Amino acid sequence: MEYMILINADENYEAPAPGTPEFEAMMAPWMAFNQRLIDDGHWIAGANLQPTPTATTVHKRGDAGHTMTDGPYAESKEQMGGFYLVRAADLDEAIELALAIPMPFASIEVRPVAFRPDAS
Amino acid sequence: MADATVQVALTRVAREESGRVLALLARRFGDVDLADESVQDALVEAARVWPVQGVPTNPPGWLLTVAKHKAIDRLRRAASAHRRTMAAARDLSVLQDAEFDDGARGDEMIDDEQPMADDRLRLVLLCCHPALDRDAQVALTLRMVGGLTTPEIASAFLVPEATLAQRIVRAKRKIRDAGIPLSIPADLDGRVDAVLSVLYLIFNEGYLTRSDRDVVVRVDLVDQAMRLLGALAELLPDHAEVDGLLALELFHSSRLATRTDAMGDLVLLDQQDRTRWDLEAIGRANAVLNRAMRRMQPGPYQLQAIIAGHHANARTADDTDWSAIAGLYRQLAAVTPSPVVRLNHAVAVAMADGPHAGLAMLDDLESEGGLEGLDRYHLLHATRAELLLRAGRADDAKRAFVLARATALAPAEQRHLDRRLATLD
Repeated sequence: MEYMILINADENYEAPAPGTPEFEAMMAPWMAFNQRLIDDGHWIAGANLQPTPTATTVHKRGDAGHTMTDGPYAESKEQMGGFYLVRAADLDEAIELALAIPMPFASIEVRPVAFRPDAS
Repeated sequence: MADATVQVALTRVAREESGRVLALLARRFGDVDLADESVQDALVEAARVWPVQGVPTNPPGWLLTVAKHKAIDRLRRAASAHRRTMAAARDLSVLQDAEFDDGARGDEMIDDEQPMADDRLRLVLLCCHPALDRDAQVALTLRMVGGLTTPEIASAFLVPEATLAQRIVRAKRKIRDAGIPLSIPADLDGRVDAVLSVLYLIFNEGYLTRSDRDVVVRVDLVDQAMRLLGALAELLPDHAEVDGLLALELFHSSRLATRTDAMGDLVLLDQQDRTRWDLEAIGRANAVLNRAMRRMQPGPYQLQAIIAGHHANARTADDTDWSAIAGLYRQLAAVTPSPVVRLNHAVAVAMADGPHAGLAMLDDLESEGGLEGLDRYHLLHATRAELLLRAGRADDAKRAFVLARATALAPAEQRHLDRRLATLD
């Protein structure tokens, strides 16, 4: 099966500047995790997103047309900060992958993919 | 054949065998919903056919054969409509030849004990999967492992049948669509804990509603929980906590007849008629608890069972070894620091070392916020009231009883507090 893993966390933290040793230390577990997904055949896609102020939400209202709002769909203490699209045998394996994401604090939603047009 | 005999055979095959058949079909077909629906179909057929033709010589074999054919019928019907089930039906024709095809003898034996035990364990782990919410876990476990019907479960939990049916449909849909596996997980201990809390919840629901004389239920959840737990103990002979919970439930059940009076009012432990306690249940509980403790894997259920055992084995309330119980509650609070455990710890300390020691613990508990999340907050006030009374502070006790009475919700508890207040006037 394929699962979408949505990572929600507080985006208001000071990340270290690129090029500093602190930045390298922060990135190392992510690189290792990504490599593991690729090596073990789980990887389909994944990305880190820009923070929520860059988000635009389009609300489609049927015949009434559409409206647009500045910001993410739901405002909460945590924001969607990134995602993975992975292959996993079942929900237990997908949850194992989600738990291996190198973030100590996050709410991670795991949801099966129903259909993906470019799936092989 | 006498109707009563047929009825007994029907209930027996549903409760004791349908879970095995469902587990086997679920694995063979790789589809829990299909297995569940087919077993239900087969049970309906049994209720129709057995009173006419008589109970078959091998009821579980009959159930397996009929349920299997019901599953194949369902797949065939679905196959024409859906590509995915068509593939399943193709697999099925192969599987049928290889694994099931011994014709319509109607008396297939369920042999091959080891894989069967694994199938049942997989099924109960699936029903209690943490990705399902607690209500769904309870409903699925009773239906798929315990062989209860949806109306029986609905009546036992006092919820509308439609609500419960919807809950089961949703849960089965999530199992299928989210890919929740029928497997033995790597973290077996953690998942067994989830099963135990579901079974304990079922037990408690039965234990509490039994005392409510206004409620008539069709199935006894106390019996169901203990039956399922007994089966789990067979499947997991090396898990001490399974036996720990079984012992705890046996100790509790030994007091079922005395914990309420003829009016349905609560009778406190020290007021109960101990000559009416079920000595056979206590003996069994002692044996199960000893078996658990020999495995040297301590855990919260065993600790609670040891505490319950101290009470059950004390011939009079005065014989109770309160300092041992206080020590056990201290250990339990270290593992599961829930408000109720800490409250009970304070009571045990008060019984062992006097009311002042207990009152001091209650004050600490409240000031450090240790009772946060206590949904039965009246227990704090009622406990304090009893300790104040024992300390000779009747006026303070009365104030605490009034607070307890104002926050108690259950009618039986309200009546109990009213009686306590009346004795102070």
